[in-house]
Parts: sequence; C-alpha cells; structure tokens
Amino acid sequence: MSESEKPVSLQSYVRLCAVVFLVVVCTTSAMIATSFSHIGEGWTLKVALILAIAVVNAFLVAGYLMHLLSEKKLIYTVLVFTVFFFIGLMGLTVWATNGFPPGTASH
Amino acid sequence: MEPTVQQFPPFRVGAAHPAHDDHGQHEHHEPNFWQKYIFSTDHKVIGIQYGFMALCFMLFGFFLMMLMRWQIAHPGVAVPLIGPLLEKILGAPAAGGAISPDLYNSFGAMHGTIMVFLGVVPLAFAAFGNYVVPLMIGAPDMTFPRINMASFHAFFLGGVVMLVSFFIPGGAAQAGWTSYSPLASTIPTNGQAFWLVGMVLLITSSLLGAVNFIATIIQLRAPGMTWMRLPFFVWAQFVTAFILLLAFPPLEAAGVLQLMDNVAHTSFFLPTGLAVGGQLADRSGGGSPLLWQHLFWFLGHPEVYVLILPAMGIVAEVIANNTRKPLWGYKSLVYSALFVGFLSFIVWAHHMYLTGMGQKIATFFQTTTMIISVPSVIILTCMFLSLWGGSIRINTPMLFALGFLPMFGIGGLTGLPLGLAASDLYLHDTYYVIAHFHYVVAPGTIFALFAGVYFWFPKMTGRRMNEFWGRVHFWCSFVFMNLVFMPMFAQGIKGMLRRMSDGAVNYSAARVPNAIDTLPGTVMELNTWILWAAIALGIAQIPFIVNLFWSIGHGDKVENDNPWGATTLDWQTPTPPPHGNFAHEPHVVRGPYEYSAPGHASDFTPQNESAENRNAESEKRKDEAPH
Amino acid sequence: MEIPYTVQNRPDTGIYNAKLGIWLFLASEVMLFGGLFSAYILLRVGAEPGMWPHGWLNVTLGTVNTLLLALSAITTLLAWAACKVRDFTKFKIFHACTILLALTFLGIKSYEYRDKLIHYEIALASGKFADGHLVEKSADFNLAKKTGTVTLHGRIVEDEKELMDLRSPAAQSAKLDEVTIAAADIKKMENYGPKHNTFTAIYFTLTGLHALHILGGTLVIFYFWAFGGAMWKKDPERFTNRIEVSGLFWHFVDLVWIFLFPVLYLT
Repeated sequence: MSESEKPVSLQSYVRLCAVVFLVVVCTTSAMIATSFSHIGEGWTLKVALILAIAVVNAFLVAGYLMHLLSEKKLIYTVLVFTVFFFIGLMGLTVWATNGFPPGTASH
Repeated sequence: MEPTVQQFPPFRVGAAHPAHDDHGQHEHHEPNFWQKYIFSTDHKVIGIQYGFMALCFMLFGFFLMMLMRWQIAHPGVAVPLIGPLLEKILGAPAAGGAISPDLYNSFGAMHGTIMVFLGVVPLAFAAFGNYVVPLMIGAPDMTFPRINMASFHAFFLGGVVMLVSFFIPGGAAQAGWTSYSPLASTIPTNGQAFWLVGMVLLITSSLLGAVNFIATIIQLRAPGMTWMRLPFFVWAQFVTAFILLLAFPPLEAAGVLQLMDNVAHTSFFLPTGLAVGGQLADRSGGGSPLLWQHLFWFLGHPEVYVLILPAMGIVAEVIANNTRKPLWGYKSLVYSALFVGFLSFIVWAHHMYLTGMGQKIATFFQTTTMIISVPSVIILTCMFLSLWGGSIRINTPMLFALGFLPMFGIGGLTGLPLGLAASDLYLHDTYYVIAHFHYVVAPGTIFALFAGVYFWFPKMTGRRMNEFWGRVHFWCSFVFMNLVFMPMFAQGIKGMLRRMSDGAVNYSAARVPNAIDTLPGTVMELNTWILWAAIALGIAQIPFIVNLFWSIGHGDKVENDNPWGATTLDWQTPTPPPHGNFAHEPHVVRGPYEYSAPGHASDFTPQNESAENRNAESEKRKDEAPH
Repeated sequence: MEIPYTVQNRPDTGIYNAKLGIWLFLASEVMLFGGLFSAYILLRVGAEPGMWPHGWLNVTLGTVNTLLLALSAITTLLAWAACKVRDFTKFKIFHACTILLALTFLGIKSYEYRDKLIHYEIALASGKFADGHLVEKSADFNLAKKTGTVTLHGRIVEDEKELMDLRSPAAQSAKLDEVTIAAADIKKMENYGPKHNTFTAIYFTLTGLHALHILGGTLVIFYFWAFGGAMWKKDPERFTNRIEVSGLFWHFVDLVWIFLFPVLYLT
C-alpha cells in the first residue's frame, strides 16, 4: 500500500466486518433452509439454489474481505483468465464424459 | 505513449548504500560452499543448478532409452556389457542381464517422466529462464529469491524420489508416463506411489517457479523496458509460466486422488466391478477412469507448449543475433505465443478420441486443435522469414537453431493427422505417435536447448565452447536423430504398436505367417537400424559433454562482455554477471532487435545504449575492468 | 543488493511484489480445487441411481465450522486494519482470535473424522446390513477366525440403499438401538473411512486438503503473531504487507470452505 492512500480508521473496518458477518449468517441460514425444504423434485433445483447462494457468499468474501473490488486491473486480468480456464476444465470434462453416443458407456 | 524512464523511482537502493542495515552483513562476509552453491538465492546459481541436474537427468533418460531399444531389437537377449551390472543392481527383473517385460515397462514410464518433468522442462524453463530472464529485463534478481531456492530444492527432492523408486521391491512405476488408471492402481508395486509423490514435488517446484517468473517479468522490468521491448525469449517464458501456473494444479489434484487410490484404497478412478487377476477387486468402485485422463491431459497438452515455447524463444534470440537483422514480425511472434498459450488449455481431449467420446465434443476439440496449429505455423514462418536477406553467421548455436526449424516443422506437421479423429483412430498408440512427438521434443526442443547452451555459455563462464567439436556434435546429432525417428513413422503407419516390450515380434509375419496385416520383415528390421542409430547418437553426445566441462577452464576467453555482438540486456552485464547483475541500473531506450540500424557505426545497438550513456558506459567499463 | 518493490508499489502496476505473488498462487489454487470439484461432479453424476449419500454429515457441526471460519476471516481483516493504523496491540488481539478460531475449527473437524472412522457398515451373511457406531468389540473378536462379537449403536436394514439417504422420512423415523453381531455372521465389515465409497473418498480428500491449508495458514499467522515484533519495529509497512498477503491466503481458504460446506453437508 502506498503512502498516498487515504487515511483509514479501524472503526470503518469494524463496521464493514459487522455487515459482512451478518450477511454471511443470513446466507448460511438460507442455504440450510433450502437444503431442508421440499422445493422441486429431487435435488436438482435445491442444489442450484444452494450453489447460487454460495456464490453470493463467495462474492462477499472475495469482494470485501479480500478487497478485490478495489484491486488493480492486473490482478483482475489474471483472475479472469483463471476463472475462464476453470470453467473450461469443468465444463468440457463434464461434457466429454456425458457426451458418449447412446449405448456405448455404462453411465 | 509508453512510460518514460523518469516515471520510475531508482530501484537499486542496496547498491547505493551497501551498508543498508541487516543486508549489509550478507554482502560483506564471503559465502561458504553450501551458501554459494547449494543454498544459493542467486538466480544465476539456481539456473546453473537446474541446468546441471537437468542435463544429468536427460543423460540418464537417454540411457534408459538405449536399454529399451536393445530390448526391442533383441527381445529377451541379455544386454551386452552392462547386463550383469543391471542384474546386480535391479535383481530379479533383470535376471540373466536381460530386460523383463515388467522392467521394460518401468523403463518406458520413467524414460518419459524423466525426460519431460526432470529433463526438458527444468532445462528449458527453469534453467534458461532463471539465468537469462532477469538479465534480459534488467532486474537484479528474481522477485522472490528464497522461493526460487525452495523451488529448486523441491525439484531435487522430486528427482531423488523418482530415482529411489527403481530400487524398491517391485520396481519403479510401470503404467507409462501418462499413468492411466485403473492400470496405475492395480500393478503390484509401490513404484506408482513414489511416482505420484515425486510428481507432487515436481509440480510444487514448477508452481513456485511459475509464480516467481510471472512476478519478476511484471514487477522487475528495468526503467523503459516496456512490454513491446521485451525480447521474444522473455515473452515465451512468460507464457510458459502462465501455462505451468494454471495447467499443472489439476494434475496435482489428480495426483493426490490417484495417491489416495493407491495408498488409502479409494476408488476415484476405479470403475464398479473392476477385476484384477481374475478376481473382483476389493474396491468400492463407482469411480471414473476417464476423469484421470481428463485431468492428466489438461496438463499434458499445455505441457507440450511448455516444452516448445522456451525453445522457440531461444531460437528467436540466436537467429536474430546471427542474421544481424531484426526478427521478422516481432509483434506477430508475441501475439502468436500468447494465443498458443491461451488455446493450449482447450485442446486436451484430442489425446482421447479413442475413448469413444461423442461426435459433438470430438468436433469441438478437433476444431481447437486445428486452430492452434495456425499460431505455431506463424511463429515458425516468422523465424524462416527472419533468415531472408540476413548476413548469416554460421556458428554452433546458429547451426542448432537452424536445425530446429525443419525438425520442429516435421514434428508439427505430422501432428495434424493425430489431431483429426478419423486418422487418429488408426494411428493412435502406434510408433507414428512416438515419432511425431519425439520430432517435436528431441530434434526440436533439445536442439534449441543445445543452441542455448552454446549461446549463453560465454556469458556464464567468460569462455567459449570449442567451435570445431560443437559442429561435430551438431552434424552427428542431426544425422542420427533423423535416423532414429524417421523409420518410426514407417513402422507406425504399418501398424506397429508402441509399448510392446518384445518390439512387436508377436505381430510379425515371421511369427504368425498366415494372419492378415502382420508386420513384414522390412518393418521389423528397422528395429535393428534404430538401435544402431541410437547408439551412434549416444556416442555423438560425448564431444558435447567433454566440450562443456573442458571449456569451463580451458575454452577461449571472450574478448569482451558481449562476444556475439548482441543487443539484449543479458549481454550488457559484466562477465560472468555478479550478484545483483548490473553495475548500473540499465535504462532501456529501444526495442530488442536493433541490428544493422541504418546510420549506426556498429551493426548492433544495445537496448540500453543512448547517446549520453554511450561514452559514460565505456569509460566506466574501463575503470571497472581490473576488479 | 535489494529487490525493488518489496514494500512500495511499482508505479505502473500499482502493486508490490508479494501481493502479485499471492494472487498468482491463489490462481493456481483455484485450478487445484477446480480439478477436485470436477472430480466431485463426475463422481456424483456418475453414481448409480440412489447410491449417492445424502445427510451423512452433521449439519450443526458444519454450520458451526462455517461461522468459525467466517469469524476468523473477519479477525484477519481487522488484524490487517490494525496494522494499517499502526496499532500493534490490537493486531495481537485480533490474530490471537484468528489462531484460536482456526484451532477450534480443526478440533471440530477431527471430531467429525473420528465419528466417521468409528461408524461401521457390516454386510451380514443373511444379506442384510448392520450399520452404526462402534460400541465395543468383545475381547476375542477376530474376523478372520470368526470368533467373538461386535456391538454397534445403530440399526439393521434389508438393503444397502436404505443407508444412503438419511434425510428420507424412513431413515428419519428409524429407531437406533444397540445391536450385537457375531463375527461368524459377518461377510464384510468396513468403517466409513475414505475407501468406503466415492462420497467418503471425496469427503476425506477435499476436507483433508482444506484442513492442510488451514494448518499451513495457521502456522504462518502464528509465526507473524509470535515473531513479528522485530520486523514491526524496523519496517511496519513491510510487516503490514505480510499481514495483508497472509490474510489473502486465509480468506481464500475460507472461500473454499464456503463451497465445501454446501457441497458436502447440505446436498
């Protein structure tokens, strides 16, 4: 951090942390509630909902606690590529393992 | 516009104040042997450590290959000369001095592993990258010197674990360098667990190295060294580091999972109902063998570009220097390297057409595979065009660089049929594949690495390697490399399978005369040809080994710090560069390849040479010479 | 010789070396866990119908651990903020909390591991399955010699599939009792360790690697907490940077847990 950054106060961080922790408690409760609820047939919808809430939660941690929201462009760029390859790895692997012609694979 | 020199604070604080508190102590007392050569944090020492270890491992990998070629040409016949020694060291698997099929499998798996992960990557990326990159960008060292040291130590440990696995009961890993499950989890040897632990260490080493390289190139460029003034070698290393950073971790994950399969008897990669030796295995099942292949090739294919990009970087530097003209299409080279790096992450499943994947996904991977050949061809074309109209100096590094071009061309073009599912189904797992990727890596990458050794040797030692023996080394290697690998294309097209410990005798017309599509005698005879060519290739390396060590003490002394008349910053340092590299912080004022600039007295203009500092620099050089 | 930009930001990139280094390292960590989560997806999607477990893990303990990690992430941030305002005492307090929270997390995690390792599924010769936590083994218990008995606190079911979904109404209403089984009746006895099935395998591997990250992070934070005073006096800005960088790693470990918790405990 450079000297030119504007002065910080511990109070502002405490306030930020209190808000983040409250939201984390809420999202965690929401995930658990969803998990034990009876929405949708089977697990598909519930899993999607729970993961969506987890993404919100993760965004909070990355954006505020890891202060990514005020981070430099260079770091964004690296992370954008990483996320792209992450999705490529997961997506293409799942596609390839489920894309067998019918009757040629056991699952 | 690009940032100017003045925007940067002067960064050599320590040089200006040598007694800067605790660092002062380090600079004053003379480091002992351990501090200087084993626990050094100097990027140049670490580079040489990597280079030395990698060359040793490559020699060892080559030696394994000679034993395998003997077994292929003379299945079951005792190995001459060293057969008794093998039996003594390895025991039953080498009974009577002959190589058993299990031992052959071990040698095959370890030859691949050693050559790729302990030989070429450490030499091309870690050794040359460590030594040259900070010099080329005008940095005093890598950003994280101690992590750099840790990276070498992890590499060394990984190498030790790999070597030790030869001597455990059951011997080293036998499932090929690709270690496909379930084979890798069912062969009764702990060699696979050693292999996995070794790989985790090597991957850790590469990751630490990659973080360091990227951070160094981004953060420590000298004032004025803008992105488009970086030598192509630095760009190549930059892309390579990113590939290692993001492609290696999935293999590390896969390594951990396979280690669990082998040690904790989980079933990540083992399917339900797996039978081993006619018995239902005591496993829960439910795993996916294909998952291993995906995670492996997610690294495995980008790894190809890890092997080839630094080589291309070296060749670019040597060609620019010895044609005495700027590289043709510098920007095309840079963007092609970036594009190759990006695309290399989404082509991996072209190694897996034979798993019977669906048409849509196969089409996707065929498309990306064909697209990635475009930037590779652009890079090669730029290098060929760079030769046009140059006043070419022929010397050993240049010979190797010129040899690289057609050899890599052959290797690359023969890969196209393997990238298309229809032809790959026929060629997969034949000697054609072996010939293809060895043309890329052996006469391709390794020639470029030889060029690099001959090229930077004067900077490392202050002496040149012997030119005559260098040329002998080149011409013999060139001829015998081709004699080794060219016949394999013929064998592969005839349908000879790889990984046969008997050299495919069981499929020969002589053994099964009435079967169709057997291998004719002419194809089988090639095994003997290749054996002798491989032996000759081994002998051709002797001049290099002798030359390398002899020249350290006895080579011709270089006349100045820049014996090749090069423009890049690595040649604007004292020879050999001291701790901290540059006597004065370099200020870069021009691009990397200003050769034969019109109106200039000499045929090269160093990147940091400006009208004012020109005289001052030469004065200072005179002053400092006696030290 | 000194490496430039170890403390100050490089003007054109706007960051110091270690921050770039840790983000690059975290990028590789993203890919590492990317590979592992891909494995999870394939194992789950590829499981035979009805054979992927639900409700095997204790949601209460998982929730407690989630909140512990969230709290520790917050004390980490506050420790860094305390360094920024040059308040070393507050830094000490906040990071002491971080370390305690992390150790509590690991304690709860090892209790959960133990709970799985003493949980047995026994395939009986009759084709039924006994399932429950180990109460005791008789002194002469020996599977190979078929002598002695083993007592579990659990139940006996007709079909292994009944053991898979513990959230189902049938499993919820099942009565748990002490059952004693003779070794002679046992076809196969296996605890819920990593080799039990692909779920326990990926559960132990993912949480184990995550716990190793926690352990590593705790050690680093403890090192700064216990031995950081010297650097703090000499170069507080550099020390603050170190706390920021180690904090980034800690937040990442929290981030991984944010996905591990729902993926393993809630679905």
